[in-house]
Amino acid sequence: MIGVVGYGLGNVHSIANMLRRIGQDVAICDTAKGIRECDRLILPGVGAFDAGVQQLNASGLRDCLEEAVGAGTPILGICLGMQLLGTRSDEGVERGLGFINAESTRLNTPDGLPLPHMGWNWVQPKPESGLFAADDGVPRFYFLHSYALRCSDDSIVTATATYGDTFVCAVASGNVYGVQFHPEKSHRFGMQVLRRFAQLS
Amino acid sequence: MKRPVRVIPALLIHKGGLYKTVQFAKPQYVGDPMNAVRVFNDKEADELLIFDIDASAEGRGPNFDLLREVATEAFMPVCYGGGVRSVRDFDDAFAAGIEKVAVNSAALTRPDLIESAAQRFGSQSVAASIDVARRRRSWSVQTGRGRHDAKLDPVVLAKRYESAGAGEILLQSVDRDGTGEGYDLALISGVASAVAVPVIALGGAGGVDDFRNALLAGAAGVAAGSHFVFHGRRRAVLISYLSAEGRASLE
Repeated sequence: MIGVVGYGLGNVHSIANMLRRIGQDVAICDTAKGIRECDRLILPGVGAFDAGVQQLNASGLRDCLEEAVGAGTPILGICLGMQLLGTRSDEGVERGLGFINAESTRLNTPDGLPLPHMGWNWVQPKPESGLFAADDGVPRFYFLHSYALRCSDDSIVTATATYGDTFVCAVASGNVYGVQFHPEKSHRFGMQVLRRFAQLS
Repeated sequence: MKRPVRVIPALLIHKGGLYKTVQFAKPQYVGDPMNAVRVFNDKEADELLIFDIDASAEGRGPNFDLLREVATEAFMPVCYGGGVRSVRDFDDAFAAGIEKVAVNSAALTRPDLIESAAQRFGSQSVAASIDVARRRRSWSVQTGRGRHDAKLDPVVLAKRYESAGAGEILLQSVDRDGTGEGYDLALISGVASAVAVPVIALGGAGGVDDFRNALLAGAAGVAAGSHFVFHGRRRAVLISYLSAEGRASLE
């Protein structure tokens, strides 16, 4: 059972819809009990970092998430959800979950490229890492964000993308995964990523 | 900066069903909108444009239940237009899961609507929709689904909307709508060369060559209605999308 964490942010129904489409059992979990019953978790999220942390804290789900991830349950953060997996963000003052040693910083856009980075863009995955495989070719995904992760340890970076400058768009560290793009709005490319997450052993 | 090509099916909602028009008239039933969304999911369309063509005329706002359904079902981002009259409508549409909201007539009657929406939600989520008809050697903006000539120059209006904060211009040719005769390329290049924001062309697409010509004329994206829902001279309903080869030929 894949649990989409329902803490009040992100399009949980859209994510659940795509997971069902690829044949997965999925539940939207807004209680600690629901979360404990899942063997993997997805943390969605859109909007600003501090709002995300505050919403997560207010939901009462932060503790059981920390517990589950500490016990080895795979978790996939999507968009703001991925940023919340880090320690902090330049966008705010709140404390992230700290599951990965990374912080979020504003995208650097030389030549006056507008922010947020919104729309489809190509992604350069590191071959055979995390949720990407060599036969993916050059996948593309839908993005909508102004901040991105900056990782102290480059080895957890599993994909980058370019918007003016190159930025981190996917990470994997132990049982913790993250993608900056929206797989649920990236049709077959998103399905492939979610499928691999679902099939992690 | 090079981005993936944007080729966008445009779906018109009329009386709760999916319809297509020719020059904004003669609505022809196509099918159930949710079914079309599912087919475009299967065909891997990158974006969808959905217009409710009755909302403004009926003096009502968007059907948010439908938008919620569409946003949940669609495996791609959706832009919605039709009956959007207030910042609250934008808010409700985003809450329903829609990525981008377009305003048309309300932007003309409420000049501060685009500015307020852009300030609140960001320009990238706010699109301005302009319907245009040829008038002798020039063009004139139309409102009321082509029933009323607003006697405005689309280039002037597009610039005004851009200054107000619109992140994108949806530029639709009333004359070319449903004809498959190709986009109005002179209209596209006139508007695209006057603004820095993306211009999405709609109206007249008959094939990949039309997409290519519109992109060369300066469109940042190309939208099509009839071309993706009808097949053949008799306009049999058959939903299609760009093939991989077609996409490759545009990129």
